[in-house]
Amino acid sequence: MEYQVLTMGAKTGSLPRPRKNYLNESHGFMSWAGTLDHKRIGIMYLVGVLTAFLLGGMFALLIRLTLLTPTHTLFGSKTPLITAEQYNRVFTLHGAIMVFLFIIPAIPASLGNFVLPLMLGAKDVAFPRLNLASFYLWVTGAAMAILAMVLGAVDTGWTFYTPYSTTTDGPVTLMTAAVFVLGFSSIFTGLNFIATTHKLRAPGMGWFDMPLFIWGIYSTGLIQVLATPVLGITLVLLMLERGFGIGIFDPRIGGDPVLFQHFFWFYSHPAVYIMILPGMAIISELIPTFSHKTIFGYRAIAYSSVSLALVSFIVWGHHMFVAGQSQLATVVFSALTFLVAIPSGVKVFNWLGTMYQGNISLETPMCYAISFLILFAIGGLTGIFLGTLSTDVHLTDTYFVVAHFHYVMMGGTVTAFLGGLHYWWPKMTGRMPSETWGRTACVLYTVGFNMTFLTQFFLGSKGMPRRYYNYLDQFQPLHAFSTVGSWVIGLSLFMTLAYLLASLRKPMDAPDNPWGGTTLEWQCSSPPIMHNFEEQPVVERDPYDYRPVKGT
Amino acid sequence: MGWLTRIMMPPQGSTFAGEVDTVYMALFWLSVVLFLGIAVPALYFAWRYRYRAGRVTPHVTHNTTLEIVWSVLPLLLCVGIFFWGLKGWMEYSVAPGEAMEIQITARKWNWAFEYPDGSRDAGTLHVPVNKPVKFIMTSEDVIHDFFVPDMRVKHDIIPGRYTEVWFTPTVLGSHNVTCAEYCGKGHSDMRGTVIVESDADFQNYLATGGTEWEAYKNNMADWGKIQWERKGCNSCHTLDGSKSKGPTWKGIWGSMVKMTDGNSYLVDEAYIKESENLPQAKIVEGFQPIMPTFQGLIKPHEFEGIVALIKSLQ
Amino acid sequence: MSTTSVDLPSHGGHGEHGHGLGDPHHQHHFATMEQQFDTAKLGMWLFLATEILLFGGLFVGFGLMQARYPREFVEAHTHLVRWQGSLNTVILLISSFTMVMAVQSAKNNKKQKTSFFLVLTILCAFGFLVVKYFEYSHKFEEGWLPGKFYRATGDSIPGSHGYATFFAFYFMMTGLHGIHILAGIGLLSWILMRTRRGEFSHTYYTPVDLVGLYWHIVDLIWIYLFPLYYLIQ
Repeated sequence: MEYQVLTMGAKTGSLPRPRKNYLNESHGFMSWAGTLDHKRIGIMYLVGVLTAFLLGGMFALLIRLTLLTPTHTLFGSKTPLITAEQYNRVFTLHGAIMVFLFIIPAIPASLGNFVLPLMLGAKDVAFPRLNLASFYLWVTGAAMAILAMVLGAVDTGWTFYTPYSTTTDGPVTLMTAAVFVLGFSSIFTGLNFIATTHKLRAPGMGWFDMPLFIWGIYSTGLIQVLATPVLGITLVLLMLERGFGIGIFDPRIGGDPVLFQHFFWFYSHPAVYIMILPGMAIISELIPTFSHKTIFGYRAIAYSSVSLALVSFIVWGHHMFVAGQSQLATVVFSALTFLVAIPSGVKVFNWLGTMYQGNISLETPMCYAISFLILFAIGGLTGIFLGTLSTDVHLTDTYFVVAHFHYVMMGGTVTAFLGGLHYWWPKMTGRMPSETWGRTACVLYTVGFNMTFLTQFFLGSKGMPRRYYNYLDQFQPLHAFSTVGSWVIGLSLFMTLAYLLASLRKPMDAPDNPWGGTTLEWQCSSPPIMHNFEEQPVVERDPYDYRPVKGT
Repeated sequence: MGWLTRIMMPPQGSTFAGEVDTVYMALFWLSVVLFLGIAVPALYFAWRYRYRAGRVTPHVTHNTTLEIVWSVLPLLLCVGIFFWGLKGWMEYSVAPGEAMEIQITARKWNWAFEYPDGSRDAGTLHVPVNKPVKFIMTSEDVIHDFFVPDMRVKHDIIPGRYTEVWFTPTVLGSHNVTCAEYCGKGHSDMRGTVIVESDADFQNYLATGGTEWEAYKNNMADWGKIQWERKGCNSCHTLDGSKSKGPTWKGIWGSMVKMTDGNSYLVDEAYIKESENLPQAKIVEGFQPIMPTFQGLIKPHEFEGIVALIKSLQ
Repeated sequence: MSTTSVDLPSHGGHGEHGHGLGDPHHQHHFATMEQQFDTAKLGMWLFLATEILLFGGLFVGFGLMQARYPREFVEAHTHLVRWQGSLNTVILLISSFTMVMAVQSAKNNKKQKTSFFLVLTILCAFGFLVVKYFEYSHKFEEGWLPGKFYRATGDSIPGSHGYATFFAFYFMMTGLHGIHILAGIGLLSWILMRTRRGEFSHTYYTPVDLVGLYWHIVDLIWIYLFPLYYLIQ
């Protein structure tokens, strides 16, 4: 669709398409494997994280299939699909792969890597070689995790609680070492983005002229740099306890199991903000662009990103209300948890305020943005049940928690990721994927998601604990419904993969600015040339300025 | 509103349940209202302000008053909810002084209970109705969690430490106990039952193990089957020959079974007694030494029932 | 936002050298060498923050374990030799001084002096490791080993896990620090080679400066380890 109002912000004029772009500039394996171009690194990351998503997703489908019936059998067979021990490994792998190989790196390292320098009007990130190193650390961590899988996999749950994890069989040390390596990949990515944001903005772009996507990725980087090292040392302690019996977590040798939980969640709670902030960052781009209206509450959204990053560090004990921490700590953490709810709410209200009186076109990215609003709202609101002490006692460690975190991590981050993927697909590949397939897949995804996970709130409140292989017969209808929902999600995602790949066979004819966006990445060609911009852009306007030019 | 609570929550079995359910339902309705407050505008705006070529949107950058309002009002709401949750939780955290103390020892994958008079049991907990009871809990191995959905209580059970949880049961009958902290292969089989009974029945149970068994005098195998469920033997031993964490009981009575020490032993009453008290003494070939001890946890007539059950499964 | 354009010299391909940008070290995505240097420094400071948090976790763990086993920890402390720790502290402080001198010399184009001070710093680092070697050997002899390997005798509370835990932390923290010293030796040697090749000058001495920052943090961490382990007796 052609955007006929020529706004000061959204130039959609046509520059001649350059013959050479970052994709065909050079050829051959080494030109990719040794690249320092943030765009190529972003694409390699994209392929990697999508593969991880596929693998984690297959495990998810297997989990749901196993839980279809209480006997874990299908089609009248007598033998269960998988045994309890295998099931424990499957849910551990599902969690570990999704958290460490997919969600944490996905948006920053794939889309962020591609788009951040473009949005800043820069030629690359601050440290291109460190960027490539981050990618290879991700690959190494992935290889180690896959090796651990091949060697029998671990059954500790992705949370590695002690003393189970210090005493169970299996390649636990290898798996934790893999996560350690992946942690450094994450740290270096965050470090790179922080430095890039501080130092490589285009002339004229002050902090409050940056797109909100940058604010979100920047805040994420702060958490990556400050929180991940603590996970690193926790994992080292875990590995040393397994190997050397150092007695910090296992009470039989003088340790404290709850100490592990404190160390673990000190990272892992901020980590969930590493997951959601980039998703919110994408939504902050999609909504003004597709509403063709300036963002409402720019500073509020920017400040809320940073405050989420900071407050995320002081609420970790809300994962431990019944874990044996002191009563004072429990009360304090509950109170602080309510505090962290506010900035997220502020963002949602500002996004709605942007849509109000907008001029909204419902292309696929915007469909995902609206889906995000619905799914993230449910996820965030159900967090209140868990932050409230009296209800948390009943709901913690049940399927209610499983439903809550899938709503925020998948309904939030993955939905936003899909929206961003479609939004920047023309920029990255030079092709426009099919709108019909895109919107259909989005609706299917949203319906399937609710089918799968809304039911799990009820499973939890009725008393079904999590990580359960066997369950009481009374829970079967809800489990079966949830499983069917998982098939609908699976279908929608395979559809998405298929039509996105199919778009790559079309001619490279996407416009530079197919959506009428105002941020700098739409001022370079689709796909961009190697150095991003023909000439250094200089910024003279606010971002998201949709006021028309005089005389049109 | 009671029907909705009944749909979403388990039956109310303790003095906590009413309060917890009230808070839960309030949060539920609050969430419904707030959800509609977000979803309805999102969908409505998408339709009402759908794209029309040439239309210019108003350049509204911010409204500070609005930002303050929709930060402060939710904050006040959150403060209110926090205190409401705190109130219920404070009751949950502090057991009344007169509460009867029962010790729980959790181990993979079974519950052991010890009453103030020293009597012990496994798998099934008896408590008198309308009297507060406090559980002093520890684990023999990894972290477990004592979760009784009907009572709305849950707390982790940690090795090397004692943790506490309490409730006052209000409804006679049996209520499920489930382990709510992942503890390995048998986590989802680590079930138990709380039997809430009159004070008289409870005292009777403590003294004699109850009179229930007398109804089975002529059918001890059936009584044995009930013990097989209540004590938690069923989480590792099947009766139908199928494979599980422990050997099946079908067809073993009177047979010679090969153990991991290379010798074969007769499965008789003495062998079953030894398996109950010193399970690690002999391990059947092909199985792991993972059975916890049941010493002191099975009363004589219960043991008789189990032996009768195994005999009947030839 | 609207954009106007600024002319920049044309260039092609990635890589560091020969863009017609003047200095061969000028990376193409930076407008000026000064911007490149400032950015590199910021990156290094961010990395050092992660190091602080990494060690911080161990300090917190130590503190918690000390509260759990106060008597055992005090007793175990007596097995550490104060003069050895003090010597190492002095060695590292000297090495920080020589590092500062090296950075200054590099900035002032003084190739010989830079090499000299870098060599001194490396020697100090080796000296530190030598003292550590003697310390560790003594611990191994006496059986003051981490976790399940602890086999010393003569403790006042025999059978308590506190001693093994103390030494677990001792070896973890000094060991991790030692690994950073080794890495530092590697980095210093690399900088030394580049200095000898004449790569540094007042327009470009960034790697020396950054390695200097790293070295100071390694020293700083020792400044916290030293009193924690050697002065509490």
